[in-house]
Amino acid sequence: MSDSQDEVRAYTVRLELVDEPGELLRALHPIADNGGNLLSIFHERGNMTPRGHIPVEVDLEATPERFEDIVEALQAENFNIIQAGAERYSEALTIVLSGHLVNTDLSHTLSHIQEATEATVTDLSLSAPEGTEDVSSARLRLATEAGNADNALAAVREIAAEKELTVVEPLTAGGDA
Amino acid sequence: MKLAVLGAGAVGRSVAELAGDYGHTVTALADSSGAVVDGDGIDVDAALAAKEADGTVGSARPETALEAEYDALVEATPTTLGDAEPGFGHVEAALERDRHVVLANKGPVAERYADVRALERESAGDVLFEATVGGAMPVLSTIDDFDPEHITAARGVLNGTANFILSRMAAEGLGYEHVLAEAQDLGVAEADPTFDVEGTDAALKCVIVANVLAGERREYTLDDATVEGISSIPGSALELAQEDGRTIRLIGEVADGDVRVGPRLVPENAALSVSGTRNIVQLETEHAGRLNISGRGAGGPETASAVLADVGRLPEA
Repeated sequence: MSDSQDEVRAYTVRLELVDEPGELLRALHPIADNGGNLLSIFHERGNMTPRGHIPVEVDLEATPERFEDIVEALQAENFNIIQAGAERYSEALTIVLSGHLVNTDLSHTLSHIQEATEATVTDLSLSAPEGTEDVSSARLRLATEAGNADNALAAVREIAAEKELTVVEPLTAGGDA
Repeated sequence: MKLAVLGAGAVGRSVAELAGDYGHTVTALADSSGAVVDGDGIDVDAALAAKEADGTVGSARPETALEAEYDALVEATPTTLGDAEPGFGHVEAALERDRHVVLANKGPVAERYADVRALERESAGDVLFEATVGGAMPVLSTIDDFDPEHITAARGVLNGTANFILSRMAAEGLGYEHVLAEAQDLGVAEADPTFDVEGTDAALKCVIVANVLAGERREYTLDDATVEGISSIPGSALELAQEDGRTIRLIGEVADGDVRVGPRLVPENAALSVSGTRNIVQLETEHAGRLNISGRGAGGPETASAVLADVGRLPEA
């Protein structure tokens, strides 16, 4: 039994912060206080907007209802929300790659994925319990533009096939489980 | 209804044992080397005891079961690929006699769906195959009730062996080979687990669902499916998935004309991440959102109950 209103989904919120100490923390409170589960924060310090603000991208999980509360709470605190939810980075794709990641040059794999998919790798975790010479796994979070997820996955599959890596994809067709 | 049961493996045996419970009479039972036939009803217990003792259910030739008196043929011989023989030939023989066919064997409807449907059109008999997808779970009959035209996609966990291995690997932090050996000891995995762990079994079920959803528009076979198994998934992949609130499941998907089976990331608390040998199918309906059907996807009595549910759906002769 899964009612879509109760289902936790991944959202991306893009904010512009004033360049003052404590602003980032202040922006995260409304998310945590309203039951959002923070997944990643991308703080683009070097990338000022023309108005001198700092863009921040927050990936989070919440039910649709809680997500509305989060957006309202952020607005109530006068945060400048550029995008929220399904508009631009509607699809935060998580994939796991396994195989001889290190021997096949992980950083080349990543940059190749970014170029080929027009996606941004926003998060990376590596697990190599047997040492880097053996089979290891990496979890990547890719932010792609709406409608581009299928292309991004196709490109990942191709790169993985070239390097003989195993890809564990997210669900397609309808997304969340 | 009078039933001829072909195949005396776990499913065929259970059908023969449970048929009486559902008000049916078994008039023939055959395995690959022998048969027992009686128009008034065979002695099922004696036949199964003979199978235990001598390796076969009876001394008659196996073909005599096909020629016996029956209303519905239950085809429960092992699934074969390609031309799906001998299962397909059994279906053909029954339909030519205007008898009904209930399949537990996936081969004919996964590899030769259009041929089966063409034979059915020429026959007064019907072909039903609920037991081929998801064991005890009423997947195909639910699709039929909703009308395939109003179902846009299907996906699910359709292989208990692969699911058992992945859930044990995640729960215990063990490697694939270790858990596979354990599954074989428990009888959850077969000595040759290729069919299950390489995704073939799940793919056949997805192909059958794709055929039912497509109706007359297109025929699918195993060749149309993109299939990846779970044997190259290391423990570290499950660990990374878990850190992120997810897990890995062997998921079959039927959507937009594609049939795909492979390891997928699924939220840990989602309906799809069933554990152990349990199966689940999710149907995306056009007007009623998502439907989840979950239960035991394999096993003798479980699959036999789906066969006997099909027998109950057949029109009386």
